[in-house]
Amino acid sequence: MATHELTFPIVDPQQILALRAGDEVIVQGQVIGIRDRTQIRIFDQGREPPFDLRGALLLHTAPNVREVAPGRYEKICIGTTTSARMVRFTEPLGRQYGVRAICGKGGFPDDAIEPMAQLGMVYLAIVGGAAALETTQIAEIEDVAWEDLMPECLWKFRVEDFGPLTVGIDAQGNSLYRDVQARAQAKLEELYARL
Amino acid sequence: MSVGVVTDLQHAVEEAAAHLYVWALKEIPPDLRDALAAARDRETSVPGRRVLETIHRNVEVADREHNLVCQDTGIAVYHARVGEHFPLHPARIYEGLRDGTARATVEHPLRSNAVHTITRENTGPNVGYRLPIVHWDFQLDSDELHLKCVPKGSGSENMSFLKMCVPADGVQGIKRFVLESIVGAGGKPCPPGIVGVGIGGSADYAMHLAKEAIMRPVGTRNPDPVVAQLEDELLALLNETGIGPMGLGGDVTVLQCHVEHADTHMTLNPVAVNYQCWAARRASAVVSASGDVAYDGAA
Repeated sequence: MATHELTFPIVDPQQILALRAGDEVIVQGQVIGIRDRTQIRIFDQGREPPFDLRGALLLHTAPNVREVAPGRYEKICIGTTTSARMVRFTEPLGRQYGVRAICGKGGFPDDAIEPMAQLGMVYLAIVGGAAALETTQIAEIEDVAWEDLMPECLWKFRVEDFGPLTVGIDAQGNSLYRDVQARAQAKLEELYARL
Repeated sequence: MSVGVVTDLQHAVEEAAAHLYVWALKEIPPDLRDALAAARDRETSVPGRRVLETIHRNVEVADREHNLVCQDTGIAVYHARVGEHFPLHPARIYEGLRDGTARATVEHPLRSNAVHTITRENTGPNVGYRLPIVHWDFQLDSDELHLKCVPKGSGSENMSFLKMCVPADGVQGIKRFVLESIVGAGGKPCPPGIVGVGIGGSADYAMHLAKEAIMRPVGTRNPDPVVAQLEDELLALLNETGIGPMGLGGDVTVLQCHVEHADTHMTLNPVAVNYQCWAARRASAVVSASGDVAYDGAA
């Protein structure tokens, strides 16, 4: 299992295609914060996101912030929410907007495997609950849009040594979550027989 | 008793609640630290070890920066054990807990998660209709109030499950349901955490007991040896599933399994599962009859 350092937004798609499920990733550059309501607005209500998402890494988050001036925010505590609720947005995020990576916690169901393979995208797993550490790795909140959705706005963060993240689903059709579930289901049959 | 004493005591309860909520969010208890360290030492999978190392770093950073361990400030849940002779009525204790929760949320400030369950409008600083939630318990021959605050994150609370097994399902039915619930939950509730299981009573009481189970210090055992044996067996079974830290695969799927039980109807066999994430936040205090508050990091 290799370790990779990636800077987002990604310019060379080969960097994404080279990742394998289980690899470790450390991220530099820019991360876009997004959540349920943000994506409902883009896809269900048809509003164009005001940020360019080509090559982006999206982070499933609703941060605790403090407003220091109109439209300017300081971090208090920034963590990551459960991804599974938002899996249906994977394909359009990649196809329409060129998103290359989605970071969240708890994993994506198998529905994400095929669009990620087709569109050259990956799911990067963060450690849920580890928000104190994650907050120190977010250097600055650079920009925010759709403040009426607070805290589920569209956020632009600048990160330094963000991670470690684990490639949960790669762009080759591999998913740690699918593999873990398959092994667990087989194990359950064995355990039930012993009860 | 004068009205003045009552007011002071209610104020002491409010102070205690405000302190407990923030303290719980920032500083996880020593028994949980030990359990997480033991998990890190035992885990052999590469992604699993990466997760447990990161958790360890996160707890250190939270201590150093006085920041929240997890951004989800949860839903404020309290356990209140009211002594027979504690000179403040539970109706007033509830007001103190509610006001303390709100004050902590505004003053820190903490993210406010409370919304109307249909309109989804935010109802204020982590309080609202029937929020916070209080589990009441009463103690004979005591003049103290024992308080515990357990901020409950939504990622783990969403992984709650109830099944009305039938008596013929026996204890095997209970084990099977707990296993299938935890495997089904996968990485979503931020494993490895504490699996709370409530058995017996009625449907609603089983889930109430499952929540009480996650409030216990990590690794304590039910005083009934039959139930304690079930706790040991479930813990071993759950850690054979291979779900692992954050569902990425590994040896440590859960830190502990706690079971609380109640006697039940001869035709009932309810089993409820309530999951508590690895950041199993918990803080306790004892309020004396005169309003002195003693905080306890281990209870």
